[in-house]
Amino acid sequence: MFESLDATLLARIQFAFTVSFHIIFPAFSIGLASYLAVLEALWLWKKDQVYMDLFNFWKTIFAVAFGMGVVSGIVMSYQFGTNWSVFSDKAGPVIGPLMGYEVLTAFFLEAGFLGVMLFGLHRVGPKLHFLATFMVAFGTLISATWILAVNSWMQTPAGFGMNEAGQFIPLDWWKIIFNPSFPYRLTHMVLAAYLTTAFVVGAVGAWHLLKNTAPRRSRTMFSMAMWMAVIVAPIQILAGDAHGLNTLEHQPVKVMAMEGHFQSHPDGAPLILFGIPNTAEKRIDYAIEIPKLSSLILKHDLNAPLAGLDTIPDNLQPPVAVIFWSFRVMVGIGFAMLGIGLWSLWCRVKGTLDSSDWLHRAAVLMGPAGFVAVLAGWITTEVGRQPYTIYGQLLTVDSISPVAAPAVAASLIAFIIVYFLVFGAGTFYILRLMKRLPRDPMPDLEDGPIRTAAHTHAGHAHVGHTHGSAHRGH
Amino acid sequence: MAIDLPFIWAAIIAFAVLAYVILDGFDLGVGILFPFFPEKHDRDVMMNSVAPVWDGNETWLVLGGGGLLAVFPLAYSIILPALYAPIIAMLLGLIFRGVAFEYRWRTKRGEFLWNWAFAGGSMLAAFSQGIALGALVQGIPVVNRAYAGAWWDWLTPFSIATGFAILVGYALLGSTWLIMKTTGKLAEKARWIALRTCFATIAAMGIVSLWTPFLEPIYLERWFRWPTAIFSVIVPVLVLGCFTLLVSGIRGKRDAQPFLAALGLFVLGFAGIGISFYPFMVPPSVTIWDAAAPDSSLSFLLVGALFLVPIILIYTVYAYWVFRGKVDPEEGYH
Ligand code: HDD
Ligand code: HEM
Ligand code: HEM
Repeated sequence: MFESLDATLLARIQFAFTVSFHIIFPAFSIGLASYLAVLEALWLWKKDQVYMDLFNFWKTIFAVAFGMGVVSGIVMSYQFGTNWSVFSDKAGPVIGPLMGYEVLTAFFLEAGFLGVMLFGLHRVGPKLHFLATFMVAFGTLISATWILAVNSWMQTPAGFGMNEAGQFIPLDWWKIIFNPSFPYRLTHMVLAAYLTTAFVVGAVGAWHLLKNTAPRRSRTMFSMAMWMAVIVAPIQILAGDAHGLNTLEHQPVKVMAMEGHFQSHPDGAPLILFGIPNTAEKRIDYAIEIPKLSSLILKHDLNAPLAGLDTIPDNLQPPVAVIFWSFRVMVGIGFAMLGIGLWSLWCRVKGTLDSSDWLHRAAVLMGPAGFVAVLAGWITTEVGRQPYTIYGQLLTVDSISPVAAPAVAASLIAFIIVYFLVFGAGTFYILRLMKRLPRDPMPDLEDGPIRTAAHTHAGHAHVGHTHGSAHRGH
Repeated sequence: MAIDLPFIWAAIIAFAVLAYVILDGFDLGVGILFPFFPEKHDRDVMMNSVAPVWDGNETWLVLGGGGLLAVFPLAYSIILPALYAPIIAMLLGLIFRGVAFEYRWRTKRGEFLWNWAFAGGSMLAAFSQGIALGALVQGIPVVNRAYAGAWWDWLTPFSIATGFAILVGYALLGSTWLIMKTTGKLAEKARWIALRTCFATIAAMGIVSLWTPFLEPIYLERWFRWPTAIFSVIVPVLVLGCFTLLVSGIRGKRDAQPFLAALGLFVLGFAGIGISFYPFMVPPSVTIWDAAAPDSSLSFLLVGALFLVPIILIYTVYAYWVFRGKVDPEEGYH
């Protein structure tokens, strides 16, 4: 099956495969950790049991997703060495310390407080428990900051020099961390994680509203999620636009590929909405385009000239078709998210947020949209950087380990089988947990006064932990 | 002379690896022992005894790997391709056992699957780590800043021996952990296992120690020439001391003593390897100073490490403190 593939291509496929699986979990757990912190804060503040019930419900789901994020992340941190050893040797002095700080400031923090957050409520009491939840959420954000500094430095390297051994050596850490694309990428990715989670929470709430299983809880989470959608989606579109302008400045070739501009346009470039990139003929077939709009968006001037891929040697161009499509998928989902947000706002004003079946159906459908957008965004970013691993400095073909193709092929096959089995099972369990909102984990208790009474006698420090074996979520 | 940053970093990385080995060692050990405890209730308790802390334990592995990339990038980029297969096997093993902590509670019908994933993954990870250790000790050929061997060079009788040594060693750590954290029949059985694995561990340490000096002339010299030869006397004496404490702790029903003594054995074994290795990062040719990143990288991360590692140790101790004492069989959020 893999005879015709060389070790470089196999290693690229392997990296893309494992990191794509990995990013799905952080995208969810960054958002969900913050959501859990908000839920617990609301519970402490308003003393309304509905928040603690939601907290416990999402906490179990979080635990499963977080576990998958951890094990897939450990694979990532070793993959740089196994498959990209030349890259590691050369770039290690610059990116290594940043990832070192990620471990020291973020991973230990998350891991240290995760145990307390999951198992420790009745041992440490509500206040310290909230601190633990907050620390976990804070840790996920610190983690994103460092790893995105690393990735952004690879996109827009700054603040470095070279030594005789051919290594990148740090000259100015401030410039390395706050490299030109970092603030944009960090903002865009964190917002992406929040949106992704909001749409998952919204879909689960909407699904249970449709089934009318636990109205109070599902209403609360649906409403919270829709507020997120209506507030964050427009911000994300603005952030994405700013990110694109930054990319135009520092990685113009990537933007040419995203826009599908094979030709240069000396007096105003069109915005190509859709079309089929034809790489062989270097044009977009069946293009639907709006004249001059691309120049307006990117240069704020209808007639500004925009260079195209015809100004770039073939061997330094990224694969256009992939980027062209992945970019449109992301942007399309971004506007669809905005649409749902506005629709929900309209329903809210009319007072039909809880009863509009069509809104609920649409929200269920949009549940996985964030993951698709995140993957599409990363594919745009990463494929658009080709043929470099460190943009303009180190080619992908020069980054590879001296490992034989059969070794890479064998490990790739092993990863594919294991990931689909293990993460497939995990996704199945998560979906099942989501489905079990009303009956599990408290089968005998329904929404309403009975439930509240049952909890008052248990006392606040015991909430969620008093159910013993009846609590086991099978 | 300026501060010797590479040397300090070698010590920090060594500390991270040692912390990993003893911490994840006992929770991998609990997984390795799963097949000896067929009853569901015992397995629930065993898993709950490590569930709150395993993630933190494994983070030391990320620090060891990530730290190596940051401060000894050359070593990282030589060792990982050289040990390609065992590293991948270890990662796959860690995936299976890591997800089992959650998955096992999420299904009744599939529970046996995740029991196997937990046990099998733990064994695979432990065995691969042992093989990786053996392959590193026996030396890695380097030409032009890159690994120059073939992709199965790691596989030798010696590396298989170290693989088994780590497997029984972790089983010992796991069983002594269970003595400390559990009660009743479960603890009784853990005692029975600990008594056997401690003899096996000592035997394995003996075999590997006698074998090592004959792999590389440098090791031989190190262990049998003055002044380093002092260690050849001191280390075995201390090992015997730990061993006695271990056995008397198990027999005398002092619950924490066996675990602490087993940790002592691991620290000594690790020190022994360290003595053989020094000053190499990748024996037999790349030294600590050859492999080090430029000082600007080392000092930047050192500032943070000196400040953060103590804080990490404090809240790690806190997390262990929260879950101190015997595991309550009825407890757990599951
Ligand atoms: C720290 C650095 C880093 C980070 C955070 C990411 N990547 Fe990346 N990516 C790389 C560092 C990198 C790399 C090491 O530089 C690769 C390997 C081969 C290559 O060309 O670049 C790469 C390649 C690569 C490719 C293959 C591109 C090609 O070969 O044409 C894809 C599809 C992705 N990545 C996707 C992602 C996704 C979905 C990420 C979200 C987490 C992601 N990357 C984060
Ligand atoms: C390709 C580069 C990446 C590497 C090498 C990497 C490495 C890792 C590692 C080793 C872990 C496990 C840590 C532990 O033991 O707790 C992890 C988890 C995590 N990663 Fe990544 N990661 C990468 C990409 C990303 C990106 C792009 C983000 C976010 C924007 C991210 C965010 C996180 C978060 C929040 C966690 C915590 C676990 C979780 O949320 O599931 N990572 N990563
Ligand atoms: C419609 C509005 C959007 C625009 C204009 C936009 C724009 C962009 C651009 C230009 C990039 C590439 C930057 C580069 O590589 O240099 C990008 C990347 C990305 N996008 Fe979007 N985006 C939008 C919506 C979204 C949405 C809704 C999500 C997810 C929920 C998302 C997630 C991502 C991710 C994860 C990346 C890769 C990380 C990064 O480079 O920031 N985007 N986006």
